Amino acid sequence: MNSLKVAFLAICLALVSGCATTHDARILGADNQVELRSMQTRSFDTSDKTVVVRNVISTLQDLSFVIDKTDTDLGTVSATRLVSGNRVRMTVTARPSSSGKSVIVRANAQYNLKPIENPKIYQDFFSSLSKSLFLSANAVE
Amino acid sequence: MKKMKYIIIACALGVTGCATTAPENLFQVSDTSLQDRQMQSRFFETENEVALLSAGVAVLQDMGYSIDETETKSGVITASKTVDATNNAQIAGAVLLAVLGGAPMSIDNEQQIRVSFVTTPSKLNNTGYLGRVTFQRIVTNTQGQVTKAETINNEELYTEFFNKLSKSVFLEAQKI
Repeated sequence: MNSLKVAFLAICLALVSGCATTHDARILGADNQVELRSMQTRSFDTSDKTVVVRNVISTLQDLSFVIDKTDTDLGTVSATRLVSGNRVRMTVTARPSSSGKSVIVRANAQYNLKPIENPKIYQDFFSSLSKSLFLSANAVE
Repeated sequence: MKKMKYIIIACALGVTGCATTAPENLFQVSDTSLQDRQMQSRFFETENEVALLSAGVAVLQDMGYSIDETETKSGVITASKTVDATNNAQIAGAVLLAVLGGAPMSIDNEQQIRVSFVTTPSKLNNTGYLGRVTFQRIVTNTQGQVTKAETINNEELYTEFFNKLSKSVFLEAQKI
């Protein structure tokens, strides 16, 4: 019986500590920087950044976000969505590519206390955005 | 039976151990998205986007909101206000519970309402702008805990907002 108790305690400890991340990762983010960038970034074949920013805003509104802040010159949009007690915070930036022929859009979102790192979720966002822009979303190298 | 108890506790820990992660369909457009868009948008026959935005600011001020953020280049206004959230049914429930000798019950106390009003050039009609408004609220109870965090999807609210906005656009156009 005693060994069962020890095993039980060990499992409990593992379950409790399993989710904890190190302090640095919470402030500086995870180490999968390249992977994150590729899932959060798409390029659109247009030279008009303002049109992209406007369409980002309307896509966010379609997804029930309330817009917190925008800066058209810098191309940033921040928004918050409240969905059955949960809070989703999202920042989308649009900047012209070095060639000037396309606009690069990056989106990153947080669900309650955790950053969203599921590529499927970002894909859904970019597919809505490309429908709204009538342009296809291209992956960025 | 004792073993059973340990297994149940372990299962409970396993379920609650991790913080909630985002559901996969989080950014999928909902089935009601088109109806929501229609409910939240109106078309305004004007070539002056800034005038429409300023009418929006005026109507939000009429409704007691403070403007948090404005950006005319992409047509965004964000405003918010904190108001009372008590409702009589909850108070009655709390009083009844207190009379029956129960523990003090916390009731909804205040709500923070946030709203963004966005104008976009109409894609179908070149001489007009679409105005779209979205409301959301966070309700906290007497103990300061969040009890509700939601998008407000009440058709009457949106109709009333646009009624007021139409009047405001008219007043602005007439320079009153």
